[in-house]
Amino acid sequence: ALSTFRSICGEDGVSLATAVREQHGKDESVHRCRPPDVVVFPRCVEEVSALAKVCHDNRLPMIPFGTGTGLEGGVGAVKGGVCFSLRKMNQILDFHQEDFDVTVEPGVTRKALNAYLRDTGLWFPVDPGADASLCGMAASSASGTNAVRYGTMRENVINLEVVLADGTIIHTAGKGRRPRKTSAGYNLTNLFVGSEGTLGIITKATLRLYGIPEATVSAVCSFPSVQAAVNSTVQILQAGVAIARIEFLDDVMINACNMFSSLSYPVTPTLFLEFHGSEQSLAEQVNTTEEITQANGGSDFQWARDAETRKRLWKARHDAWYAAQALRPGCKAYSTDVCVPISQLPQIIVETKTDLIENKLTGPIAGHVGDGNFHCLMVVDPNDPEELRRVHLFSERLARRALAMNGTCTGEHGVGLGKRALLYEEMGSMTMQVMQGIKDTLDPNNLMNPGKVLLPREPQSEK
Amino acid sequence: MSGRVLVGVKRVIDYAVKIRVKPDKSGVVTDGVKHSMNPFCEIAVEEAVKLKEKKLIKEVVAVSCGPQQAQETIRTALAMGADRGIHVEVSGKDYDNLGPLHVSKIMAALAKKEEAQLVILGKQAIDDDCNQTGQMTAALLDWPQGTFASEVTLEGGKVKVVREIDGGLETVKINMPAVVTADLRLNTPRYATLPNIMKAKKKKIANVKPSELGVDLTSRLEVLRVDEPPQRQAGIKVETVDDLVGKLRETGSI
Repeated sequence: ALSTFRSICGEDGVSLATAVREQHGKDESVHRCRPPDVVVFPRCVEEVSALAKVCHDNRLPMIPFGTGTGLEGGVGAVKGGVCFSLRKMNQILDFHQEDFDVTVEPGVTRKALNAYLRDTGLWFPVDPGADASLCGMAASSASGTNAVRYGTMRENVINLEVVLADGTIIHTAGKGRRPRKTSAGYNLTNLFVGSEGTLGIITKATLRLYGIPEATVSAVCSFPSVQAAVNSTVQILQAGVAIARIEFLDDVMINACNMFSSLSYPVTPTLFLEFHGSEQSLAEQVNTTEEITQANGGSDFQWARDAETRKRLWKARHDAWYAAQALRPGCKAYSTDVCVPISQLPQIIVETKTDLIENKLTGPIAGHVGDGNFHCLMVVDPNDPEELRRVHLFSERLARRALAMNGTCTGEHGVGLGKRALLYEEMGSMTMQVMQGIKDTLDPNNLMNPGKVLLPREPQSEK
Repeated sequence: MSGRVLVGVKRVIDYAVKIRVKPDKSGVVTDGVKHSMNPFCEIAVEEAVKLKEKKLIKEVVAVSCGPQQAQETIRTALAMGADRGIHVEVSGKDYDNLGPLHVSKIMAALAKKEEAQLVILGKQAIDDDCNQTGQMTAALLDWPQGTFASEVTLEGGKVKVVREIDGGLETVKINMPAVVTADLRLNTPRYATLPNIMKAKKKKIANVKPSELGVDLTSRLEVLRVDEPPQRQAGIKVETVDDLVGKLRETGSI
């Protein structure tokens, strides 16, 4: 098969080098590296299709790879196989300014797209933090700090070009089609969004763009309690303020940020807010929000309009990941990702904090409270198996707490390797059977990123 | 003082594009390649617009020399806040040979015609890296110059420019009218938003020919050849320190 690979994507399009394989067997999660047997670098969809046919005929697992910035171990080649590194396919195609859409290949990252668009007045607002591949973001149904206003990948992918397990190329909404809305046929586009490479390889994504905000205002406000901060959030949303970002940091997180960035925010639950709009609408949004926060006991409301001061205000939130790790140098960080209906947020955060303290775990909290989604940045000593076990059990308890509140075990990071059992609990066996059925139809030989999202099939007798 | 600032903006291949040399080595591939405003020109426009917002100057005029597409670059400047544009039409062979000396003659002529108080340019273009136009323009006008500016302040009819130089920062105070060239840290250029792009469509761009400004475009320079930098060769792994020393001697490094 190797020589066939080389004839398809060229001598330098195939790599067996250990270093290259290791690079392509891990992401930014704590899951250990699972290198593939070989990495291929196709240059166009025809090459992807040809390679997939070869893999299909030889029953070789296929793992698509974008930027390796995932957080759930999605790229680990648990059964070996062929990693399809798509970084050479890096063209931005078909930009339509008046229609607010653009089509990108998997090698295009979100920052690269926004740099390309910078003088057009448009941008792609889904911002998961990392400079991730946009097609990878589609595959994991990514979200980010802006979702409360602009939505997640599910709302912003119009069409996908996908190579299926046997090399067939399909366009989920029809080739080249990009209407702003449609009711034509089954929603295949959103079937593949979030499929984490288990149903096919995404080779093109047509994305929905938005106008760059005319002006931006950032604000910070401290609260006497988690409840007060979350109540403010709910009321701000109910007041119809089209807030762009609303981020929650708990006292442990704020303390970490103060120490890391030499800031002096009050060590108490804090909200970081961002508003987008015209000058007039901004004034109104900020006023309404300030009234609400004050009514909930919020204090130290600071806001800024110019880029420099906004950057300083938000620095604490941006450095949170590193600030958390700096709490215990030498440790690794693992992020939980539950999402619940907003009304349940105060309860789940309070219960989670109690759990953290009782079990002596370091887990500062940062969250996209506008979506009911929060992350405990668990800082853990990778060489302490007992602590690792406690963190693992804590995450499971947290996920189950969220499920009990009608939420989900993963708001934006995906299922990957570590949450397959939780997915089963979340969906129930009937729904999982439908998912398995779809997988069996599209990938009967289980070659597409095996070991992810779906649990291994149970023996026949246990239906 | 007229309160008018002239800003030069150049259309160049976008900084994110991978440059390819044409097979005949006569130049780089530009067909179908994304072009945008030179990043240092963006900074120059931003500085001019900021001065206008502070009400220190009255009008920002964006100038670009080139073929029809140069108008797109002027429109971007207008969307950032420039008031009107001047498109100096240069195309074909003339455009291929256009260099800093021609552009500075054009800028000098326009600066006099428009009675400009300040000419702000990017310190250099990212395609030719010449870093000459600002300096030559000042010389042709016999105006003072503040180049590599990381800070510009108008104080009592003079311009205070903090310049980035090898040893650190140098502050100069120069009389107006003057030429300033923008360096990287002068400011962070704003994005053109959709409403501003719409408004920019209504702003005026005047067309001018170099001959009308008395500028001769004959070039004294001829590009002989363009080559890519040599490909990086694979390294060699050696087993022992003695091997390493031996190899270094072979290549004449020691």
